Amino acid sequence: MYKILKAGKLAGNIYEMVVEAPRVAKHCLPGQFIIVKMDEVGERIPLTICDYDREAGTITIVFQPIGASTEKFTKLQAGDSFRDFVGPLGQPSELCMEENLEETKKKKILFVAGGVGTAPVYPQVKWLHEHGVDADVIIGAKTKELVILEEKFKAVSGNLYITTDDGSYGRSGMVTKVIDDLITEEGKTYDHCVSIGPMIMMKFCCLTTKKYNLPTIVSMNPIMVDGTGMCGACRVMVGDEVKFACVDGPEFDGHAIDFDAAMKRQAMYKTEEGRALLKLREGETHHGGCGNCGGDK
Amino acid sequence: MGDVLKKVPVREQAPKVRATNFDEVCLGYNKEEAMEEASRCINCKNAKCITGCPVNINIPGFIAQVKEGNFEEAYKVISESSALPAICGRVCPQESQCEGKCIRGIKGEAVSIGKLERFVADWARENGIKPTAPEAKNGRKVAVIGSGPSGLTCAGDLAKLGYDVTIFEALHEPGGVLVYGIPEFRLPKLDVVAKEVENVKALGVKIETNVIIGRSITIDELMDEEGFEAVFIGSGAGLPMFMGIPGETAKGVFSANEYLTRNNLMKAFREDYDTPIVRGKKVAVVGGGNVAMDAARTALRLGAEVHIVYRRSEAELPARVEEVHHAKEEGIIFDLLTNPKEILVDENDAVKGMTCIRMELGEPDASGRRRPVEVPGSEFTLDVDTVIMSLGTSPNPLISSTTIGLDTNKRKCIIAEEETGKTSKEGVYAGGDAVTGAATVILAMGAGKTAAKGIHEFLSNK
Repeated sequence: MYKILKAGKLAGNIYEMVVEAPRVAKHCLPGQFIIVKMDEVGERIPLTICDYDREAGTITIVFQPIGASTEKFTKLQAGDSFRDFVGPLGQPSELCMEENLEETKKKKILFVAGGVGTAPVYPQVKWLHEHGVDADVIIGAKTKELVILEEKFKAVSGNLYITTDDGSYGRSGMVTKVIDDLITEEGKTYDHCVSIGPMIMMKFCCLTTKKYNLPTIVSMNPIMVDGTGMCGACRVMVGDEVKFACVDGPEFDGHAIDFDAAMKRQAMYKTEEGRALLKLREGETHHGGCGNCGGDK
Repeated sequence: MGDVLKKVPVREQAPKVRATNFDEVCLGYNKEEAMEEASRCINCKNAKCITGCPVNINIPGFIAQVKEGNFEEAYKVISESSALPAICGRVCPQESQCEGKCIRGIKGEAVSIGKLERFVADWARENGIKPTAPEAKNGRKVAVIGSGPSGLTCAGDLAKLGYDVTIFEALHEPGGVLVYGIPEFRLPKLDVVAKEVENVKALGVKIETNVIIGRSITIDELMDEEGFEAVFIGSGAGLPMFMGIPGETAKGVFSANEYLTRNNLMKAFREDYDTPIVRGKKVAVVGGGNVAMDAARTALRLGAEVHIVYRRSEAELPARVEEVHHAKEEGIIFDLLTNPKEILVDENDAVKGMTCIRMELGEPDASGRRRPVEVPGSEFTLDVDTVIMSLGTSPNPLISSTTIGLDTNKRKCIIAEEETGKTSKEGVYAGGDAVTGAATVILAMGAGKTAAKGIHEFLSNK
């Protein structure tokens, strides 16, 4: 069992938890992820690592409920436990490797974070800061209430730009507009970009950076089952090669990703997941069907 | 008494009934049936069956005890060589191993060794007979990576010799392929697999789940920091292979590993478990091995019409005869000498069909099997909404890429000496699919056994 030491809401429906997992905390690096399973009947859910404390042996995860399993996570409190918590999985971010540090120091780096994807950007920016590299960060959110981790980012970023879709806080508009503004209006130059957020945001972010020939790394979060390189569910097309996000990724060259195919694949279990979620919320009453999901077959 | 040339028939669930449930197909022998079948064994002096068994169980020895009704004694004889008899009795390819060498088989049917082994193991379990941990422990620590057949066997054998053994398992349940790969209807998880894992634990073996060697901790750290004097790698097969044809990343295309893992490990077939699975209406399983049969029969039980698409003919099907026979009885359609060319998708990138081409057999190839060649102009469309690729696996790079001094071959499999399991790294041994590529449960067990001996020899001389 893996004890939850802290659990709470960060903003809106974004939750944060600190979980005791010494083996993971000892070895993880920014960019890697974990798989968590709540109880005997739960799904294996991949979540990116958002912070870690090697001494305390803890991992911080941030999530937004999207299916029946993550919806159940929101009910957990400090003192409760996850049945399973395994990691670190995937390759660490290339920027955050000691052996690449000399190269990294020469680069002007821009992070583009969106929504709940802001959380996994944090450990990368923090690691770089601790190694003497200050990267610029754009955080995008729908509205003011959904901006997360602002104070934490302030402490470790170079320039921090916040933008909201509705203009209720910071700049106004999508992250892509900020990228355009920074490069064309405000005279910024960058050699390397990392974009983490919803698939659609990463897609448009990559289209934007391509205009400026700005190499861009994205973190893919496809459907996964085991997460250890066995099931092949997490395959993504990178260029004309099949790659597995769990062992080859999760970070890939964003300019080589076929986002449209990846987004269609992502929707594969939407109906099944949506159905399970409705069942959870509506209990036995859902069996007749809600008119939206076609009912239980 | 029946015809002595024939096996005592084993009771099975009727095909029409079992096609709709996940309960075990084969019901096994009862006492009377087992004793009658045991009496068919002529107790050869120079028993060929033993040489056909990768772990060399004293087959005539245990069968002689069954014949007399001494089932506990029979269990002891088997336990000398195998830690997982209830599993092997169910999933070993007996027809090409022990039973394939049986003298009875020359003029009639071989003795039903597998079913007898299963009977003895089941009887022992039902009567609460467990192996006991050795009294003398030597306190020396050995790490075993993976709790599949090779790991459990290696761990069990080393524990019997007094070693302090810890198994590290990446997934949340111990058992490896026995849990995620082989379906419930062939190998019940709670009653059989979990109980045999308990038996290995009863020998004193510790199992730590949720540890990924190469990520959570490396082999070097296990040896340098956690005090393990030797390591056995039984990490199993790896990433699923795909054909490289158009449409393979479409919605509704799965690897057999994914499909089976969702259903077996994550229990998607049960309403009370959260993991979803797509219940196709018409499913094509591409491949002809045991895994393909398992995936096909699983899809059938989830309510689909299922086609096996295999490029050679029935004679070349790599699956066990019994699995093919069961699949046919249950209504799986075999599209043999057929090869996929393209997976057709609709506007949402979901599978709507598969273009296939007819094949014919040409000259024998390197594997000795006749090479299938396309029949020009014979393309046709198979109307399916789900495609399951069951084409084998390529090794997982996690351990080999994070362990300094561990050599792999051209196919990225770990290189290990056949006689000892020894790898290029001192104190590190390996066996099972991680070394051979995907093979069978019993071959992995044989390799686990060999490596246990190798490790014992190494540590005894250290």
